[in-house]
Amino acid sequence: MTQRKVYLDNSATTKVDKRVLDAMLPYFSENYGNPNSLHAWGREARKGLDKARSQVAELIGAEPKDIIFTGGGSEADNLAIKGTAWAMKEKGRHIITSCIEHHAVLDTVKWLGKMGYEFTILPVDSYGMVDPQKLEAAIRPDTILASVMFANNEIGTIEPVKELGDVCRRHGVLFHTDGVQATGHVNINVKELPIDMMTMAAHKMYGPKGVGGLYVRRGIKLTPLIHGGGQEFGLRSGTENTAGVIGFGMAAELAADRLVNGEIENERRLRDRLIDGLLEKIPDTILTGHRTERLPYHASICVKYIEGEGMLLLMDSAGIGVSSGSACTSGSLEPSYVLLSLGLDHTTAHGSVRLTLGKDITDEDIDYVLEQFPPIVEKLRSMSPFYKK
Amino acid sequence: MYNEKVIDYFMHPRNAGKLEDANAIGEVGNPTCGDVMKIYLKINDDNEVIEDIKFETFGCAAAIATSSMVTEMVKGKTISDAMKITNKDVAEALGGLPEIKLHCSLLAQQGLEAAVADYFRRKTGRVPAGYKAPGSCTACGGACSGVTKPEQEEEEPFVSEDHRVAE
Repeated sequence: MTQRKVYLDNSATTKVDKRVLDAMLPYFSENYGNPNSLHAWGREARKGLDKARSQVAELIGAEPKDIIFTGGGSEADNLAIKGTAWAMKEKGRHIITSCIEHHAVLDTVKWLGKMGYEFTILPVDSYGMVDPQKLEAAIRPDTILASVMFANNEIGTIEPVKELGDVCRRHGVLFHTDGVQATGHVNINVKELPIDMMTMAAHKMYGPKGVGGLYVRRGIKLTPLIHGGGQEFGLRSGTENTAGVIGFGMAAELAADRLVNGEIENERRLRDRLIDGLLEKIPDTILTGHRTERLPYHASICVKYIEGEGMLLLMDSAGIGVSSGSACTSGSLEPSYVLLSLGLDHTTAHGSVRLTLGKDITDEDIDYVLEQFPPIVEKLRSMSPFYKK
Repeated sequence: MYNEKVIDYFMHPRNAGKLEDANAIGEVGNPTCGDVMKIYLKINDDNEVIEDIKFETFGCAAAIATSSMVTEMVKGKTISDAMKITNKDVAEALGGLPEIKLHCSLLAQQGLEAAVADYFRRKTGRVPAGYKAPGSCTACGGACSGVTKPEQEEEEPFVSEDHRVAE
């Protein structure tokens, strides 16, 4: 097969959909007013902002006023966690989270741990699932917040969000979930799920980078990270990133379509072809994360006896973009903490590769990857001190 | 991240594989930090020339490239000339490495030292004065927070059966 370019790192970021870009452009040179201004320029911008808020709200079954736009997913995580911790510090100082959270959650919780708060980190099972019973056992009278991600970026596992949220409800603990990887890819309805706050990021669903959102259930009070002019209901001051937010809104509307028009099913089919093909063609390879409770576009494997960065570079030279959780790709000496928390040994964890599909991936793309990957593994294994033919 | 030469030595590694009639084998590194290198030497007993050399490496592109480069640099040299080569020479020969990858070049140097030490041990029962005998984990300079025990795995032992670990 002639070389193709196949981008399989959509968990890292996605391409901006052309329709999203088209929706954004007028807000740079035509409707460029400050949405807080009273004149026509401001009013046009404000209209666009309001529409975007509705589009994002509708994607997750929320009311527009429950959506706070931020400068991305990490900021939304920080707002949810610090905002709750600061607002509720008289009620309690204990926070619970899981060992597989994104750094934006984990590092924030650990930082609060140095600021007079206490935290408990829940383990996961070998599929990366958090056990609601373990969450319940960790709740104390002074617990104010639990944060467990909707789905994990490295291994694709979808957490039992309903059960976890129900436990929190029973004990009067706020439940935040980092929904960055799941929003727009999995059906989420906050009217039906016991979620108090949820983080979203536009650039994981074919929207622009630098804009995200936090869903905050009515009645929850947060202390803002950013003080100033009082935008976003006082929770996120600063002149709004109008074009970015418009892009987020359009991306949300398109995602809502995809969730019902069969595109997600097709993505899942292609992803399953990829997983089955890789496990079949490459011996001594395991899938990480849960097989079925899994993001529809996500595949992650560990290939024994060889190392991730090597696979990454050889795949790159074949025109295929993937990522890895090996130490060498993270700049540290430890492989991914998520993989280690599954109970994998270091050597296996170093051989990790993550392949995350996008909405434009085709069967031919999957064929190409299944053709290119096995010889790459063979080449690296022929040089490995651990591989015995 | 990597320059063209490093990529070349990674994509087209010289001297990769096993040496069936090796009379010296050295293995260094630690799977915990993600780099393990095994060097096979065939040393001429009369003139101590490294007649043939091969490597096997588990690790990133820098680890593979530095392993390959060191084998190219010492092939055909006597042991004492080969021992003069440092990790800096290896990194320089590759046109330089990113700072976070410099420790990989240390692995290449120590893999060679371990193989040479193994040669002397097999031949005379001891490592002569002036020759180093690196342990299985010194490459990272101890930054791996001291985890040096090989994992207890049922399927695949960390140390292969066909040689003794360099002490």
